[in-house]
Amino acid sequence: MDFSLAEERRLLQDTIKRYVSREYTFEQRRKRLAAGPEFSREVWKGLAELGVLGIGIREDDGGMGGDAFDTMIVMEALGRALVVEPYLSSVVLGAGVVSDAGNDAQRAAWLPAIAAGEKLLAFAHGEAAARYATSFVETRAARKGNGWKLDGAKAVVLHADSADALVVSARTGGSAADREGISLFLVDTKARGVGIRAYPTQDSARAAEVRLDGVEVGDDMRLGAEGQALPHIERALDRANAALCAEAIGIVEALNEATLEYLKTRKQFGQPIGRFQVLQHRMADMTIKAVEARSMAILAASAMSSADPVERARRVSSAKAFVGQAARFVGQQAIQLHGAIGMTDELVVSHWFKRLAMIDVTFGDADHHLGRVSDMILAERA
Amino acid sequence: MDLEYSAGERAFRDEVRAFVQRNLPADLAAKVQEGKRLSRDDFLRWHRILAGQGWVAPGWPKEFGGPGWTPVQQHIFDEECSAAGAPFVLPFGVRMVAPVIQRFGNSAQKEYFLPRILSGEHWWCQGYSEPGSGSDLASLKTRAVRQGDHYVVNGQKTWNTLGQYADWIFCLVRTGTEGKPQEGISFLLIDMKTPGVTVRPIRTLEGEHEINEIWFEDAKVPVANLVGEENKGWTYAKFLLGHERTGIAGVGRSKRELAKLKEIARRERSGGRPLMEDARFRDRIAQVEIEILALEVTNLRVLSEEGKQRTPGPEASILKVRGSEIQQSLSELMMHAVGQYALPHVREALDADWTGEPVGPDYAAPLAGTYFNFRKTSIYSGSNEIQKNIISQMILGL
Repeated sequence: MDFSLAEERRLLQDTIKRYVSREYTFEQRRKRLAAGPEFSREVWKGLAELGVLGIGIREDDGGMGGDAFDTMIVMEALGRALVVEPYLSSVVLGAGVVSDAGNDAQRAAWLPAIAAGEKLLAFAHGEAAARYATSFVETRAARKGNGWKLDGAKAVVLHADSADALVVSARTGGSAADREGISLFLVDTKARGVGIRAYPTQDSARAAEVRLDGVEVGDDMRLGAEGQALPHIERALDRANAALCAEAIGIVEALNEATLEYLKTRKQFGQPIGRFQVLQHRMADMTIKAVEARSMAILAASAMSSADPVERARRVSSAKAFVGQAARFVGQQAIQLHGAIGMTDELVVSHWFKRLAMIDVTFGDADHHLGRVSDMILAERA
Repeated sequence: MDLEYSAGERAFRDEVRAFVQRNLPADLAAKVQEGKRLSRDDFLRWHRILAGQGWVAPGWPKEFGGPGWTPVQQHIFDEECSAAGAPFVLPFGVRMVAPVIQRFGNSAQKEYFLPRILSGEHWWCQGYSEPGSGSDLASLKTRAVRQGDHYVVNGQKTWNTLGQYADWIFCLVRTGTEGKPQEGISFLLIDMKTPGVTVRPIRTLEGEHEINEIWFEDAKVPVANLVGEENKGWTYAKFLLGHERTGIAGVGRSKRELAKLKEIARRERSGGRPLMEDARFRDRIAQVEIEILALEVTNLRVLSEEGKQRTPGPEASILKVRGSEIQQSLSELMMHAVGQYALPHVREALDADWTGEPVGPDYAAPLAGTYFNFRKTSIYSGSNEIQKNIISQMILGL
């Protein structure tokens, strides 16, 4: 058992922290967001040059290697800086699923280019009627000639508008909620029949509703075995949720630091408000939550190397549920303790709060993941 | 970063597990798991078995007869013992007074007391709280006045857990009234057979006799029983409380109780179906399972830090707060699991040798009482509010 950071990880942490503190201050971020809806290609290039976009992509696939703990370090730092660029969607999800399920040609076509920041993928799996149910897929793919024809709709696809291609889940067999019969396809966003209705998200990133109307793709665009994609999707979502836990604790700790500083400097009734025990205990509660949430983010990262997918899912869901609850508490209390100034757009606190709220509802909120653990308890044998 | 046990740690776990399996008496494990009353002898049986193996004081350094384990090994040991249903080794001697004697006691005290704590010959209890001094411990009033080779002690201590069985009590007493209240306190070891020492039982809400008040009326205590220096007792008291908290997360016990809760939920019926199928109840089990996991990993993180520094920091307060809250949640859920069968109060049902017919399921009898009794966990050993003061001051600098 060892909780210390290895030397290479400490270096990675320093590198990315230095980068965001130089290139991604809250002011710089605000200016870029005001300039237009596109995320910053310059930042993306910068992250590629640092090698950050290759973290989690194997070295023989053109990446930097590394595991979920390396991703954790990246996500924590990106969270703290409120980076809106598509790291989660393109690298963690897109490259992740191509690494797991892709054949040699698909990996060669996508992974080096993603690591270099030249191409972007988005993960188009969720559907409106599915809510968070992972195996609920109504989008269908029917055989047509040597390829496939896709019809359906995908909900809230992160960064679909900037992606070169979408990783689309579609049913090639079975009915809506079946575990079997789901396949994955790489779909060019410019292909005929792909409709992307893009919009900004509450946390200043981008997402889109995606329509697929008779979209034709070749069989060489199928990722993994026909009808057997669900384990890949589950692994991708577990990986994304572990990464989101890490992003959340980066923000939770940032919020706690900002709130503590505020308690020590803000004066009312002739003294710093941190002198009041009611606020001290609230801050102590926020600290306890942050410490425990970090434990759970570590647990989620370690779960990604588990050989047993059920154990992996149980740990990641436990973490996402706990972190979701803890982040909600810390976010709400950070605003409360700041008082009215915490409500303003001007202060970073409100932006951290919003991002935490959106992390919770991305790929399953705390209740959903608690329910997933609960169902696993039902399945346990005495 | 590696959350898995190393090969050496796994081998250690197997060794502990095998020992506990071979040596923990089945009737004793059954008593613990079924929530029956434990007698003085029950505690001592397990204490002596562990002492025979050299394992009764996991945290002690080797020079005093401890096994010299790392914090992670201590955690593994606790987890294995708890899972098997071993009674916990009473902390008052092994985990509270012993570290103080080891650190601040003189050689005569070390030679006399430490072996007797290990063997179980001396049963210790704690003399900190007084009727007027709970969270504000430094306001304590029990007086020790030096007369030649003795202190004459007068006053009253309270909330002495299992003091009715104790041979010795470690006390904070007032030897000075100058300066701040903390400055006039001394740490005194008192033989319970000393004339003038009276133990009176306190019955708690669940109807059991676990705690006592202890009166001192002109009790003569040899000056040789003073630990360290006169009027420096507050330093030793704080040292003791820091040590007390490191084991207080209680992860091993909570994991055992979680397994028991699930077992009850599988056996109970609701509308004819297993209670476990009721998602509303099951989600509450899931919630506490997740919280235990968070506490467990946090505990391991603190332990691995402690392995490097050897002194428990204020993080122990986090473990105390969360550990106690989780223990309370479990006891509450356990009671709710049996529904209306929480109501019957058949006191004899808690005796292991009772042969009467249980009312309702046989596991129901102790559950309400345990729920009542476990309100103590967020109060004792520095209330959770005091722990939050410590976090505010020591970690946050507020």
